[in-house]
Amino acid sequence: MPAIVVEGLERAFDEVLAVQGVDLEVDSGEIYGFLGPNGAGKTTTVRMLTTLLMPTGGRATVAGHDVTHEARAVRASIGVALQEAALDPLMTGRELIRLQATLQGIGNAEGKRRADALLERVDLIEAADRRVGTYSGGMQRRLDLAAALVHEPRVLFLDEPTTGLDPVSRKTIWEEVRRLNDEGTTVFLTTQYLEEADQLADNVGIIDRGRIVAEGTPEALKDEVGSPHIRLTLAEGSIAAAEEACAKIGRLLPPVDGKTVLVEVENGAADIPLVVRALDGEGIEVGSLELVQPTLDDVFVAKTGYHLAEEGEEGTEQEQAEK
Amino acid sequence: MRRLATNIRVVRALGMRSVRQTFRRPQLMAPIIVFPTLLLAIQTGGAGSAVNLPGFPEVQSFLQFMLAGAMMQSLMLAGNSGGIALAVDIEMGFTDRLFAAPIPRFTIVLGRLAGTAALGLFASLWFLAIGLIFGAEIESGVAGALIAIVLVTTSAMAVGGIGAAIALRTGSASVVQGLFPLVLVVLFISTAFFPQELMIEPAKTLAGYNPLSFIVDGIRDPMISGITASDMIGAVLSILGIVVLGLALSARALRHRLRVG
Repeated sequence: MPAIVVEGLERAFDEVLAVQGVDLEVDSGEIYGFLGPNGAGKTTTVRMLTTLLMPTGGRATVAGHDVTHEARAVRASIGVALQEAALDPLMTGRELIRLQATLQGIGNAEGKRRADALLERVDLIEAADRRVGTYSGGMQRRLDLAAALVHEPRVLFLDEPTTGLDPVSRKTIWEEVRRLNDEGTTVFLTTQYLEEADQLADNVGIIDRGRIVAEGTPEALKDEVGSPHIRLTLAEGSIAAAEEACAKIGRLLPPVDGKTVLVEVENGAADIPLVVRALDGEGIEVGSLELVQPTLDDVFVAKTGYHLAEEGEEGTEQEQAEK
Repeated sequence: MRRLATNIRVVRALGMRSVRQTFRRPQLMAPIIVFPTLLLAIQTGGAGSAVNLPGFPEVQSFLQFMLAGAMMQSLMLAGNSGGIALAVDIEMGFTDRLFAAPIPRFTIVLGRLAGTAALGLFASLWFLAIGLIFGAEIESGVAGALIAIVLVTTSAMAVGGIGAAIALRTGSASVVQGLFPLVLVVLFISTAFFPQELMIEPAKTLAGYNPLSFIVDGIRDPMISGITASDMIGAVLSILGIVVLGLALSARALRHRLRVG
């Protein structure tokens, strides 16, 4: 049975449609990566699936329960770690997990046992009696994750769990997500990091401006966009001339900045000499050149016409709608 | 039955968190205890001879008269602080954690009010202790003290309902904090700090209709004279009125918040 089924899900904020007819299905036991830039509709979708926000159209079931009509049953089946770790800086880590256990209807003795086990699991047992306000960003995310697991949920929602974390903390969270998934937990993970979706997800849904624009396994999506591309930066010469020369060899991709040219080539490494010769013929000096295999960003470009990283810090879709 | 027991545990846990939060955040604790204590000290030290004014009720001392006012000020500010703390929870996303749990969402408000009631209880004991230490007598004895404790505790919860409603509707700690002066205005247009007989118009008439006057009279009368049925009924009805208003507004604000996210 699918863990999550979403059909035509919509959410409007006044005149703005933040989520526009999203359809997706997540099988039990899989990690689903929901990838998109800031303001694409990821958080609004998660808030609807976790019953924090009423949909204005469509329907969704989580763990077999309708998010609108069986909200309480949904909440009993899910664990949620939201974008900004929703922690009280004045509580201690242990107090927070114990409170979460009480909220989930777990008795005192069992709550204490689970709190100890979870704090141990996320390597916070030493800091358990310190106030959360003294924790680092990584520790706060680990605590948030532990709190979401206190009732052993069937489906775990992680909304951008590693945003703003250093690489080491990010890797720790990834390892924990994999371990949870190995234990049978279905994970719905939103992210704006391509690598995160690529590394963790069994299936990826790409959302842009409130609509799903692509869905599939990371490999299938990358295969769909086809050929690798050459990424080159110039030491000397004009970008326009370089683009003109490269366009004769392969298909130009949208530029990422004013110094780099991206050209999709059919034959991979075999086309590198052709590109170098074409540039040389125009008197253009290459500073660096690399062959890049298709990435989820290429998928994103193919589907939307721009790079995921280009979308600036525009805030959440709800914030945009409120503006 | 099991669900009710679970809900009671949730309300108790959230109430305890609320109390801890207040004690750990000095800016929430100061208005509840420090400010009313200072005002009590200043007023009894500087205006003690007011008891000799014609029309002032028969009291053992000005401190004995002022204790009810200090308790009233404390419980009003406890309600306001409870609203600020709830708004801070909304601002930092902590309420999302609570809304995502399989509990009736109104237990979140009840938990906050339980915490405010506990602070009211603490405030009543604090001011009774101060009164007794500095020589104020409670004319109705233990029964009078118990009545004061119950009225202050329940009033704190009632006023907390209004604070919670404003917090849920606005989601802004600064808006709730901005009501601080208004709380004092409403308090000063009551019999909290001065007998109604000695007020001038229009404050005198307004104080006669102000529900806070009925509550403060219900707390004060057992301290300065005896327990009277009319004062008790006035106080209880006023508290009930504020409870109903606060809970109705909170329920409405909660529905709005859940609808708009």
